[in-house]
Amino acid sequence: MEFSFYLIQLLNGIQYGFLLFLVASGLTLVFGIMDVINLAHGSFYMIGAYLTFWLTGIFGSLFLGVVFAVPLAVALGFVVEKLAIAYLYKKGHLHQVLLTYALILIFDEAQRFLWGNDSHGIDIPAVLSGSIPLTDVQVYPVYRLFVSFVCIVIGLGMFYVIQKTKLGMTIRAGASNREMTQALGINIEWLFTIVFSLGVGLAAFAGMIAAPIDSLYPGMGDNILIISLVVVVIGGIGSIKGAFVGAMIIGISSIFGKTLFPDMASIVVYAMMAAILIWKPQGLFKSA
Amino acid sequence: MSKIFKKNMTRREFVKTTSTAVAVTAVSSVIPTFAIGGVAPVKVGVLLPFTGTYAKLGSHILDAMKMRIAQNGDKLGGRPVEYKVIDSEMNVPKSTQRVNKLVKKEKADFIVGPVHSGIGINMARMLKDENVTVIVPNAGANQITGELCAPNIFRTSFTSWQTAYPAGPAMLKAGLKRVVLLYWNYAFGKQTAAAFTESFVPGGGEIVADMPTPFPKTEFQSFFTKVAALKPDAVFTFYSGGGAIKFMKDYAAAGLQGKIPLWGTFLTEGTAKGAGAAAEGIKSTLHYSTELDNPVNVKFKADFKKATGDDADVFAIQGFDAGSLLIQGLDGVNGDTGARMELHNAMQSAKIDSPRGMFTFSKANHPIQNIYLREVQGGLNKVIGVAAEALEDPAIGCKA
Repeated sequence: MEFSFYLIQLLNGIQYGFLLFLVASGLTLVFGIMDVINLAHGSFYMIGAYLTFWLTGIFGSLFLGVVFAVPLAVALGFVVEKLAIAYLYKKGHLHQVLLTYALILIFDEAQRFLWGNDSHGIDIPAVLSGSIPLTDVQVYPVYRLFVSFVCIVIGLGMFYVIQKTKLGMTIRAGASNREMTQALGINIEWLFTIVFSLGVGLAAFAGMIAAPIDSLYPGMGDNILIISLVVVVIGGIGSIKGAFVGAMIIGISSIFGKTLFPDMASIVVYAMMAAILIWKPQGLFKSA
Repeated sequence: MSKIFKKNMTRREFVKTTSTAVAVTAVSSVIPTFAIGGVAPVKVGVLLPFTGTYAKLGSHILDAMKMRIAQNGDKLGGRPVEYKVIDSEMNVPKSTQRVNKLVKKEKADFIVGPVHSGIGINMARMLKDENVTVIVPNAGANQITGELCAPNIFRTSFTSWQTAYPAGPAMLKAGLKRVVLLYWNYAFGKQTAAAFTESFVPGGGEIVADMPTPFPKTEFQSFFTKVAALKPDAVFTFYSGGGAIKFMKDYAAAGLQGKIPLWGTFLTEGTAKGAGAAAEGIKSTLHYSTELDNPVNVKFKADFKKATGDDADVFAIQGFDAGSLLIQGLDGVNGDTGARMELHNAMQSAKIDSPRGMFTFSKANHPIQNIYLREVQGGLNKVIGVAAEALEDPAIGCKA
């Protein structure tokens, strides 16, 4: 195999890693800051994709579809937090697992009811449908580069908000000591609502921009949930930096696994996780 | 659920054995009863998908079958017809209950269905040698007329083997010797790849890489990168429906279209228009093309368009031929559905004048049919040759 093959696969891996990062960062935020295990995180990814499919069909433009789908997804996160998650902060993880698992079933069934059992696709918008030549046979679609670019922008934005703004400061404070933050007069309930809604927004947004690359099918959220949990565990629960490094490791190793060892493709990612956890049982970066 | 089913099985077996004994003595008196009464309808149970995107497959099959029977004066063997239609929802676990409903509650003489191979296998297991005749108008899993074959199970469609096996010699003939396999990693995809390999490798071809992709995912980028690096003579695939459109578009977007020829079976069936320019030039092997130039096909397409307002496709003709098979079978026994053996003999020896061309049935009750070589030109699957003439499925495991 030529050297260019490995370079292009690396590019594919990095691009997949960026997308995983977007999903996993929401999961790790909710887990690390609120101490809530949200198994329904993958369902929000799916909802984002289907909302975009629906709205893009109405408006005839992916861009408009996403613009309208984001607030809907965040609003859904808000409602779910207020109606369900808020009751579980003082309960154990088992309660959270049961509740969020129930949410998966509800969302999966709702998806089937609303959009049926078939897979759907969304067209890449004409502006971004071009491609860049890489080798004499292969070209690289511009939309994939655009997705990576958007992920970088969001990642940097998240870093800025968490590290440099007052909201970020409160979030970090809430994560390290909930009672003390509350004692200082910060409304932790609202803080948690915001964090949860943002987490849902991140997952849904990832589903939206990934929709034209991948396709939409029932249960698509479950796959992404499992791989995101792997990313979060590798990176260290609650760490955004960890989520980034973990996403890159998993993205690149899964792409190479799929093409170099197709027979063992499904094992590669988990073998990688096992190796890292033996080396660092807490994950690569312990906490935010 | 399974408990009830088992209980019924024993009861039914009891009824079957006793009724056979009665039938032997009373066979001469059964036929006149029908001749005198003449009004008891033939009950045709239908289990097809009518919701979801496969809704179109289900309705095309049913509409075309009804159209064929209507051309026969809405009569089967001189008796009127009553349809009992159930939506399969493509749901395999629920299919057991639905098949039971058609057989036990509705007392169907025939069951026409399904589209989904998983349901087809389940149905064949349940109804093998039971007191009902099954016509499968789509589900192409090899087993249904292979290890699960039975005198009462017929099929008017295809097997995965039948559609893929002829592609091997056709590609070798086109000078394509080094081939990469890309297919969805589930039963039908694996059967397709295996059938292709079976004819391609002994013929002198080489499988450069065998790459199953996760079903039903449509993220192909890393696989296309590998194809580009391997530079094979061609790529052979199994994808269908929405996934096939995505595959062809991404293949073109990766710059591979026109540089590395793309082949398949169902890849371009009903998807060529959706994929637009990305489908141009793709070759495929299948048992039908809307572009077949024979009088039956020309008339069928016009009739179907008139009856439904829709364009005909491979699924419609499979339903149409299920109708022809019912007509010939029941004409052979003058409408006496009780004469099971004679009925099945009449069906097996039927000659179906199909839009795909005349075909007959094998010992396993599966069509012996031409497989055409097609190429997408202007969004249509033009027939450019016959990849295999009167091809019979090997029906592996069938003891009929």
